[in-house]
Amino acid sequence: MRPIHSKITEIVEESPNVRTFFFDTQFDEAIPGQFVMVWVHGTDEVPMTLSGKNSITVQKVGDATSRMFELGIGDHMGLRGPFGRGFTIPGNGENVLFIAGGVGAAPIAPLADIVKARGIEGRTILGSRCCDELLFRERFACGRVDITTDDGSEGRGGFVTDQLAETDTSDYDRIYVCGPEIMMYKVFEILKARNAHVKAEFSLHRYFKCGIGVCGACSMDPDGLCVCRDGPVFNGGELEGSEFGHYERDSSGRKCHF
Amino acid sequence: MKVAGIELKNPTILASGIMGTTGAALARMSRNGAGAVVTKSIGPVPKKGHNNPSMVELECGYINAMGLPNPSYSGFCEEIGIAKGKMDAPLIASIFGGNAAEFTEVAKGLLSSKPDCFELNVSCPHAEGYGASVGTDPDLVHEITASVVDAVDVPVWVKLTPNVTDITSIGRAAESAGASAIVAINTVRGMAIDIHSGYPILGNRFGGLSGPAVKPVAVKCVYDLYEALDVPVIGVGGITCPEDAIEMILAGASAVEIGSAVHDDTQIFVKISKGIDTYLQKYGYSYTEDITGLSHEMI
Repeated sequence: MRPIHSKITEIVEESPNVRTFFFDTQFDEAIPGQFVMVWVHGTDEVPMTLSGKNSITVQKVGDATSRMFELGIGDHMGLRGPFGRGFTIPGNGENVLFIAGGVGAAPIAPLADIVKARGIEGRTILGSRCCDELLFRERFACGRVDITTDDGSEGRGGFVTDQLAETDTSDYDRIYVCGPEIMMYKVFEILKARNAHVKAEFSLHRYFKCGIGVCGACSMDPDGLCVCRDGPVFNGGELEGSEFGHYERDSSGRKCHF
Repeated sequence: MKVAGIELKNPTILASGIMGTTGAALARMSRNGAGAVVTKSIGPVPKKGHNNPSMVELECGYINAMGLPNPSYSGFCEEIGIAKGKMDAPLIASIFGGNAAEFTEVAKGLLSSKPDCFELNVSCPHAEGYGASVGTDPDLVHEITASVVDAVDVPVWVKLTPNVTDITSIGRAAESAGASAIVAINTVRGMAIDIHSGYPILGNRFGGLSGPAVKPVAVKCVYDLYEALDVPVIGVGGITCPEDAIEMILAGASAVEIGSAVHDDTQIFVKISKGIDTYLQKYGYSYTEDITGLSHEMI
């Protein structure tokens, strides 16, 4: 598909470095965890997980995202998608646990919306560096929310993993995880020690070129799965013994260790 | 089946630039039935490639301008080792450079990882100073091919661009320099523009067209090269089903490479090689080589 010319209809400043952009293009068929390739004309195109049917939530980290932050309502970006494999939607009666760190709350929030709409209870461990960067806390109000901040400015001082270590996960049928890879890997290790990693799903990020599972730039060791096509959401069982938590590759294909 | 100096498991080969960045990805394509695999094109120094969008599906195929991203030969030896450790299909190392010295440096640099064959990329249509910039000049192609052939002890294939007036003159130059096979074609130079913003879609503004739209172009190039050359021709361009592959073989291909079609079906290699076998049985042939170039006899 060619990029869909999409007008920015609303911009929400979530924190000094994170903004949500709403578009006049709606991806009704998108499954939570799926992404769109976002083309910032004249700059670059980057993958962004949908934080809603017509929104992306962006952290300012590089050229493309910095340029996005210069755009206003009425400006346009090109959107292609939705692409990739999203999260497994929880069934009725299933207990769910969300674990989100920083802007990693963006792909998880649409799942929380579904859980809330169905009246199921979903518990959340939501972490960030400081209280200003806690994202979408109101969208996670579908059950108990444990907040952690690195600097202790709100909730528990420390990491989501500290909270998880003290959380009994045996009651949960599904666990959804997104955040920085080091955080996700620590979560994976805690869950694996409990043999609970197979009921967890992790949303990964890698450098994408084509975004459609052809070029292989985002393929993971050792099975050659493409994060853009076979993921970006993977079951914990699929990540066992993989590069996850150890290294990723830069745009030239060289390994970069975490 | 032995083609141009290497033993293919079947006539379907993974084309360069597709799932070829890591050893694990190459081995996955071998598991999916590829008769051999060609790596991403590797050059002398690490290269990040063009900005995105770098590949977009159009109505008639795909347009791409990756910009030869690669970790350099020193960074890629490990990946070839990994691929070879995980599969028994032959591995063909695609390489590029700006001149004969660079090509030779890359080929020599990869030799320790024991690729079964080299494929010289003198045909990428959108990398300034590389690819088609050198592959449109028969003298340069001759010099580069001769230099690599002299430096390595495995077969050397040369992949050509269709973006020339007479592809056979380039093919002859490569053949006379010692190429074991000619691979045709690389992508057809093209461009797509977003009519709403006015921007060319690719980060590089223009790039190369692949997929179904280019198949008739490829069939004609293969047909002409088969007529002009003695070495085998490997057909590539827009093959998505057994019928496409058979058409390419009838035009003169000894084997085919498959690229963009991996998008729709990662099991495409099994489907196409089985389909070729079914066709051979149906028409009373034993081997792919029995039908290679058959259409040339139909006059």
